[in-house]
Amino acid sequence: MSAREAIFANIRRSLGVTGAEAPRRFEVETRLAKAPAGVVPLRGQGDVETRVATFKAEAERAQASVADVASLSGVPAEVARFLRDNNCPATLRMGSDERLAAMPWSETSLEVLCGPSDGHDLNAVSAAFAGIAETGTLALVSGAENPTTLNFLPDNHIVALRRDDIVADYESAFGRLRTAYGKGGAPRTLNLITGPSRSGDIEQTLLLGAHGPRRLHIIVVAG
Amino acid sequence: MSAVATTPRFKDNVHDALTDARLQGALVHARNFTHRRADAADRLPEFEALRDSARAIKDHTLAHLDLYLEAYERKVRESGGQVHFAQDADEALRIIIDLCKSLGARSVTKGKSMISEEIGLNEALERAGIEAVETDLGEYIIQLRGETPSHIIAPAIHVTKQDIERDFRKAHRELPPNRDLSQPEQLLGEARGVLRAKFLAADVGVTGANFLVAETGTSIIVTNQGDGDLTQILPRAHIVIASLEKIVPTLEDAAQLLRVLARSATGQDAAVYTTFSTGPRRPDDPDGPSDHHVVLLDNGRSSMLGGEFEDMLRCIRCGACMNHCPVYQAIGGHAYGWVYPGPMGAVLTPSLIGVAEGGQLPNASTLCGRCESVCPVRIPLPKMMRHWREREFERRLSPAPLRYGLGFWGFFAKRPTLYRLTTDLAARAMHLAGRSKGRFSWAPLAGGWTKYRDLAAPERSTFQSQWRAKSGAVK
Repeated sequence: MSAREAIFANIRRSLGVTGAEAPRRFEVETRLAKAPAGVVPLRGQGDVETRVATFKAEAERAQASVADVASLSGVPAEVARFLRDNNCPATLRMGSDERLAAMPWSETSLEVLCGPSDGHDLNAVSAAFAGIAETGTLALVSGAENPTTLNFLPDNHIVALRRDDIVADYESAFGRLRTAYGKGGAPRTLNLITGPSRSGDIEQTLLLGAHGPRRLHIIVVAG
Repeated sequence: MSAVATTPRFKDNVHDALTDARLQGALVHARNFTHRRADAADRLPEFEALRDSARAIKDHTLAHLDLYLEAYERKVRESGGQVHFAQDADEALRIIIDLCKSLGARSVTKGKSMISEEIGLNEALERAGIEAVETDLGEYIIQLRGETPSHIIAPAIHVTKQDIERDFRKAHRELPPNRDLSQPEQLLGEARGVLRAKFLAADVGVTGANFLVAETGTSIIVTNQGDGDLTQILPRAHIVIASLEKIVPTLEDAAQLLRVLARSATGQDAAVYTTFSTGPRRPDDPDGPSDHHVVLLDNGRSSMLGGEFEDMLRCIRCGACMNHCPVYQAIGGHAYGWVYPGPMGAVLTPSLIGVAEGGQLPNASTLCGRCESVCPVRIPLPKMMRHWREREFERRLSPAPLRYGLGFWGFFAKRPTLYRLTTDLAARAMHLAGRSKGRFSWAPLAGGWTKYRDLAAPERSTFQSQWRAKSGAVK
C-alpha cells in the first residue's frame, strides 16, 4: 500500500467513514462551490470615502506611508519626491504593467529599469491588484506586469493603488480574484502586504527592514 | 528520524531552567505578548465571534478531511504542482532529499517551519551533503547556536542581544572583526546582508504552510520578515512541507482563520506578509519557482482523528497558549524537551512521540485555564492535559512517589469519617505549630515546595468542618 493509500485509510478508519458517503461528498462540494463568507468585520465597510480613510489609517498603523495623487500621471512625481525626501538614489525598477508604462516617467530624473529584480535594486514600484481597507493591506499578484521579486528584494517598495480598487475586506478581494482568474483559479502568487518587513526576534525589539523592504510607500490614485 | 526528545528528563530540564539566570532574564521579554494580544482583541468587536467561526471551520474540515485532501491534491496537480504523502518523518525526509538530489541542489534555504523542526530536516539535509540555511532571523540565530526553537513563533526568545553578537562574530568571520554590533539594528542589518546572499544562491526553497486551501490548491504562509517569500520565489524549486490538518476548504475560510491568527500570535491585525502560492511559475511569469512540490505529513495525526485528542488538530500554531502560560513563562520552551512547548506542546507531544516519552509534560500545568481562554480555536487544553494524566497513571508511568502518594490519599478519601478525623487533627496540629509566623519555611515531605516559597499555616479547622458549622448556623 502506498503512503497515500495508507494515510487515507487511516483517516477514514479514525473518522469511521468510507469516503463514498453521498451526503458528506455533497456537503464538501457545496462548500467548495459556494465558499460562504463567515464573520466579516464592520471595520472596513462603508462607501468609497470611508474605505479609503480606513485603508490609510490602518496602513499607517502598520508603519506604511501613504500619499494621494489626483491621477495616474501624478504618480512619477510622487515617486521622485518620496525617493528624494528619503535620500534614496533616483533609480527605479518596475514590471510591464500598462498602467505604470503609461505614466510620464520621462518628466522625472528617475532612471527606470524594467523586469524582475536580481537583488541589486534599491527601489521598485508596483501597481496593486487591490487594497483591503479592514487592515490597510495591499493585494499584489504575480506576473510580468508586477514581478513578485519587486515586492521583496528592493529596500524601498512603492505601490500605486487606485482608489476604486480599495475594497472593504478580504472576501471582496477574493471576489475580484475569482473574476480575474476564474472560480478555483489563482495567480502563482498573491501577496497580501501590510506594512514594511519587520522582526521582533532580537529581545522582542520591533525593527523594520528584516528581509523585505525597509519602507513601504503607498500612493493612492484618485483618477 | 524525528527531532530527538529530551522530554523524559523533563524534571531535570525544569530544574536547569529555573536556576539559569541568563534564561530567566531573557524570558522577561516573552511577557510582552499578552497585552498586545489583549489590545488587538479589544480593537475588533467581532473577535470572539471569529474565534467561534475559526473553531467551526476546523471542526468541519477535520470531519471531512479525506475529501478536502482529495480536492486539494486535485487542484495542486491542475496548477502544475505535485503532492507527496509521507506517513512519518523518515518518509518526509526521504521525499525531500530525493527531490533536492534530483534537482541537483547544493544549497537549500528555509522559511520558518515548525514541521521541518518536527522531522529534523536540517540535520537530514546536512547528512545528505546539502547546505540548509534557516532564514527567519530567530531560526537563523538558533541554527548558529545548534539549538532548537524555544517558542513556536519567537524561536530565539531565550537568547539575549549579547548572545547574538557573540554568535554572529563567531559565524561571520569574513566581516571586519572590529565592527560595531552593540545595537539590535546592527545585528539585523548584518543578518539581512548575510542571508540575502544565501537567498540568491539557493537551489531549492523549503517553506511550511499555515493553511492549505482545497478550493484552489494554494498554500498560505504568514510571516513578518519576508523569509518565506524570498525562500520560495528565488530558487528553482519550492517545496512546501505541511501536516495534514493544515487544510481549509476555501479562501473565505482562510480569511476567518487569518483574522484570529496574527492577533492571537503577535497582536498584529494582520501579519506583514500573507502569501498565497499556487503551483509553479506560469508561462509568462518572469520570476518564481519552476517546480512546486507539496509534502503532506501525517506523523500520527490521522490516528488522533475521532479520538479524545482530535481537538488538538484545530491548532493553528499562534503561540498564545504558551504566551499566557505561567509554567512556560517560568521555564521557557527548551525544558519541554521536544519541538512544541507550552500547553499545546504538553498535549501534542505525547500524541506524537508517545505517552511513555512525553507523558510528564501534561503534569507541568496548574490547570489555570488561561491557555484555553486565549486559544483562537478554543482547544480545551486543560481538559486534554487531564486526559493525559489519567492515561499516564493508568499505564503506571507516573513517578513512584506520585503513585504511592495518590494511593495513600485514596485510602483515606474512600473512608470519609477517617478522612475527616485525620484532616481535622492535621489542621489543628499545623495551625498550632505555625501560629507564631502564620507560615512554614520548612515542612516534612514538602522540601520541594518550601525551598522556593513558604507554606501557609492552615486555619484552625478544615474547610469541611467550617462548612458544617456554618450551614448548621444558617438552618
